[in-house]
Amino acid sequence: MKKLTAMWEQTTDFLLAKKKILIPVVYILLASVPFLGLSQYFIRVLCLIGIYAILTMSLNLIAGYMGQTSMGHAALYCLGGYFSALLGSKLGWPFWITMLFGIAGGALGGLILGLSTMRLSGSYLAVITLAFAEVVEMVVLNWNSVTNGPLGVRNIPRPSIFGWELTTSNGGFYWLMLVLVTIAILVSICVVNSKFGRAVRAIKEDELAAKLMGVHTASYKVQTIVLSGAMAGMAGAFYASMNRYIDANSFNFDISMTILCIVIFGGLGSIPGMIVGSALLIAFPEVLRSLSDYRFVVYGLLLIFMMRFRPQGLLGGLSKKPYKLPAGVSRPKGQSEAERGKQVG
Amino acid sequence: MALLEVNGITKVFGGLVAVEKVEFKVNQGEIVSIIGPNGAGKTTIFNMLTGVYKVNDGTIVFDGKEIHNKQPREIVKAGIARTFQNIRLFPTMRVIENVLVGEHINVHYRFWDLLFKTKKYREEEKKAAQRAIDLLESLDLGGEIDNYAKNLPYGMQRKLEIARAIATNARLLILDEPAAGMNPQESAELKEFILKLRDMGQTILLIEHDMSVVMDISDRIYVIDHGRKIAEGLPKEIAVNQQVITAYLGSGGVKKDDDTEKENS
Repeated sequence: MKKLTAMWEQTTDFLLAKKKILIPVVYILLASVPFLGLSQYFIRVLCLIGIYAILTMSLNLIAGYMGQTSMGHAALYCLGGYFSALLGSKLGWPFWITMLFGIAGGALGGLILGLSTMRLSGSYLAVITLAFAEVVEMVVLNWNSVTNGPLGVRNIPRPSIFGWELTTSNGGFYWLMLVLVTIAILVSICVVNSKFGRAVRAIKEDELAAKLMGVHTASYKVQTIVLSGAMAGMAGAFYASMNRYIDANSFNFDISMTILCIVIFGGLGSIPGMIVGSALLIAFPEVLRSLSDYRFVVYGLLLIFMMRFRPQGLLGGLSKKPYKLPAGVSRPKGQSEAERGKQVG
Repeated sequence: MALLEVNGITKVFGGLVAVEKVEFKVNQGEIVSIIGPNGAGKTTIFNMLTGVYKVNDGTIVFDGKEIHNKQPREIVKAGIARTFQNIRLFPTMRVIENVLVGEHINVHYRFWDLLFKTKKYREEEKKAAQRAIDLLESLDLGGEIDNYAKNLPYGMQRKLEIARAIATNARLLILDEPAAGMNPQESAELKEFILKLRDMGQTILLIEHDMSVVMDISDRIYVIDHGRKIAEGLPKEIAVNQQVITAYLGSGGVKKDDDTEKENS
């Protein structure tokens, strides 16, 4: 098992080191998928993977970087979905505008959740997020006049660009998914490599010490949850439009748990981990369809194995590469060439 | 005027008076120590200075401004930064990142800037990283910038904690038992280090148990016992002060002199 994990580490280190070449290649390959004439079902699964990649990157900000557990992330996803879907189907607004409202809806949910939990952490926060998700689900289920209650929202408009309607079969949704995932990746990277990201990580490591270094911890907690909500809202708006039908069940507790599982499986605090984790754990039940109900047993075993042999997740753990300084900053003179190349850890 | 003036601060926890009407001053460029037996209230005083606790009574004036009962981050901005009795670094962040968190309040850009990597963001980040490297180099930590804080040896972790506090641009450093858990050689190095900081222009307020450190480097010493100030003065005065000896060692072996007892009580 040790050999296996060592091999995995070598492989991932190698791939991450070659990312300058790999990323464009992967993007070209991914963008050409709709031309392969694959079934709609297959494309749909790929889109779902993209949705979960966005959702997990969104939760990763809270769980991976800020070190807080959210067990109700589906609530933010739900708000994004409903805001976008209702404006689209009831008022007939175009998708591009309703998606912005979906993002705003997720962010608003994040703001409410953040303000009510900014002085909490750990298991207290986890319980409140769980309760928040229940509240959102109940409101959606029972506010008949607005949300259509248990009947759900139907005929959610599809996006169109200059008259070209995006569908699953013409690959439009798939490409849109790629764009949205890219946005989520870029936002995550930008946030993490900034004073914002450092402050948030400092909160995870030692909240009191962060506070005494002048970090406005309560404000950063709220901001992180709002940002996370906005990303989840974006995923919700996309899902609503792709599925064309949503109800309260599309965003239940299972979804929250799936998101949390993928974040832990992929590796807390790792952006590539979120993508690889989503790809594996979303594709897995589909690949194993032949096993029918037993596939969830296999799924559970996989998670247990993971926690036993690689608790930091697929791509989690501390980077062993030297710290990347901003361009134009010289390394310390005291640091010799040998030390520079030396792996830390 | 003194850089820091503490006037009659009092802290009460329920029925326990942890700190009672303590007064002291720190002048620019000094190393001032607060000593006292365990449980005397030294750390409580530090927690009031840095805004972790509110004071029940009295004032703390730093650089002419009242800072008591303010939020910790406002106090850091005013120019006071601290280290902790048991090291509280950010263990799985890199050495340079720890210092960059210390610089947090001196890095100015908005969320918009980081999202679009504007010129302002790039310049501020570059400036911050360069400052962090210069600081770490000046404290002989330049070779460790890539390492994770938790991997550093104990003495270096102490130094890094001090570096992180300096990075806030503090004018007063508050060190809470920096020599705790150090062997004699390490604490001798620490002494040199603190003197070096003073020569770099830092003002330092120190809580310390290690008398060899306190006596050698302090300009002045305040002694606290049971929440009250019982003595103040130069190191050589404190070393022979009867009340201080009593507080530390008890009065059993010491011949009592009725007159001094009365004078001091």
